[in-house]
Amino acid sequence: MEIRLDAVRKVFNQGRPNEFCAIRGVSLRIEAERISCVKGASGSGKTTLLSMIGSLSRPTSGRIHLGDRLLSGLPERFLTDIRRHTFGFIFQRFNLIPGLSVLQNIILPAFPLAPSYKQLIENAHRLLEVYGLADKADSRVEWLSGGEAQRVAICRALINGPQILVADEPTANLDSEHSQRFMQQMAELQRAGKTVILASHDPLVYDNAEVDRIISLRDGLLEEG
Amino acid sequence: MSTLQRQRYLLDYSLSSLLRRKRKHLSLLFTYTLIIFLLASVMLFSNGLKGEVTHALAASPEIVLQRIEAGRHALIPADYLQRLGRLRGVSASKGRLWGYYFDSALQANYTLIASDEEQLSATEVILGSAVARMRGIGPGDFTSMRGADGNAYSFRVKSLLDSESELFSADLVLISPKAYRKLFAIDEGLFTDIVFTVRNSREVEKVAQKIVSRLPDTRPILKQEILSTYDAIFSWRQGILFVLLATSILAFVIFAWDRASGLSAEERREIGILKAIGWETSDILQMKFWEGGVISLLAFLCGYLLAYLHVFYTGAPLFEPVLKGWSVLYPNFMLTPSVDGLQLATLFLFTVFPYVVAIIFPIWQVAITDPDAVMR
Repeated sequence: MEIRLDAVRKVFNQGRPNEFCAIRGVSLRIEAERISCVKGASGSGKTTLLSMIGSLSRPTSGRIHLGDRLLSGLPERFLTDIRRHTFGFIFQRFNLIPGLSVLQNIILPAFPLAPSYKQLIENAHRLLEVYGLADKADSRVEWLSGGEAQRVAICRALINGPQILVADEPTANLDSEHSQRFMQQMAELQRAGKTVILASHDPLVYDNAEVDRIISLRDGLLEEG
Repeated sequence: MSTLQRQRYLLDYSLSSLLRRKRKHLSLLFTYTLIIFLLASVMLFSNGLKGEVTHALAASPEIVLQRIEAGRHALIPADYLQRLGRLRGVSASKGRLWGYYFDSALQANYTLIASDEEQLSATEVILGSAVARMRGIGPGDFTSMRGADGNAYSFRVKSLLDSESELFSADLVLISPKAYRKLFAIDEGLFTDIVFTVRNSREVEKVAQKIVSRLPDTRPILKQEILSTYDAIFSWRQGILFVLLATSILAFVIFAWDRASGLSAEERREIGILKAIGWETSDILQMKFWEGGVISLLAFLCGYLLAYLHVFYTGAPLFEPVLKGWSVLYPNFMLTPSVDGLQLATLFLFTVFPYVVAIIFPIWQVAITDPDAVMR
């Protein structure tokens, strides 16, 4: 499913003395079933752009289309539905919920869909198996290494079978070996028909051979390249 | 099925959330339980006392007639019954002998009543349970009382009173009319008061008016007036206690608001994560509703149960002096257990409901914000 942005702007604290324009009119197309990477320095607006693409926040102006649906005008209830069924998120610091086990964290996104418990647990265990975490199912997430926590975050992002995977600075807490392995995992997902959108300032990510397209961002504006 | 399953998942998450923040929730549960316990104790105790009064007065006569001499209660001559003649609506009337007896050894007041019905001899008494308990005696034992002439009179305990209403039977001593007259030096032909049983309760006031018109130096006391007086006294005392408790209730409200609604950065972040991974605002509100429901229901049940035990099984030592008032001179007694449904519902409404609102409102504020903004 293609994503299209038309003159998208995002302004924080609008009308206040600390008003700040993070995205200054970005127009772009993100092709389906490819790995796209938004690169740029810290503060360039990568996270803001990704959060608008993933319906985590709304643009101040401009339009965002998902396929032929206009996302930017949808009420919150529909946006949640789209987030739930279409997107899987891997956050910079993974955003796992401490105090819960690996398995409990993975199944959380499925709770509002109310699948049968047996089916849900089977799906979760299958993902844990694929990502080499089968023996960690009952471990608390705060006891995991950075690489393990990231794989838990990938499992959680995949539990509802989303078409689009969004990852913000996914390698920020990983060494080069784990970063390389992460990119391989993303490539496997892309080959399985997923659209992958990454945001990173790590060359191991944006210079990776698996990346199909690089979108450069600087001070909230696209850089041609 | 899907809705049920969804609620099951939400409840499951709520319980795990409660366990993850054990210290916060345990301190909240403890304070909440304490407040429910205090409020429920006052309500149950006051209600129990009113119940005792109502129960005890159910079988009592509708009118008690006292003679007034220079504005104070005086003995009433037996011939007042003849002077009244036949009164329409009155089914029975008779003279009574009764009065208080202060036991200086035990620093307690007893109520002595002369009884024809028990067929007591001049040296026998029947004791209320508290009197027997305080004096440490039972049927067959002897007890003595000092009479108006200064002499001590000894009585054999024939039996103990077994009444459903301990408030009124606990301090009772039943004695024969002959022994009563001797003990208090009251001549034959005089009574403490006269009681009237009226068939139709709507005619009581009319009958009382007739009595006063025929016997102007008397004062009729209606059963309804006694009930109203007791009700006012106990409600007033309950009010005083509620005012005293107001400070702690206010402290609890502030504490609960802070604890329940003061979302930490970690909690805000968690809400943001849940929204980002596909939870709706309503899912988060329902989850928090379960969380608040578990805490408040548990606190309510524990607090109310503890209050019930405190009031009906330990004699409410915390509130007894205030609510009973004259307990210094009164033998100990146990209230008959009773629960008023309306009072229970009121307490539930005024404690559980505000707490749940205190939880839901700030969470709603966070939950309607974009997940990205919350996580930032």
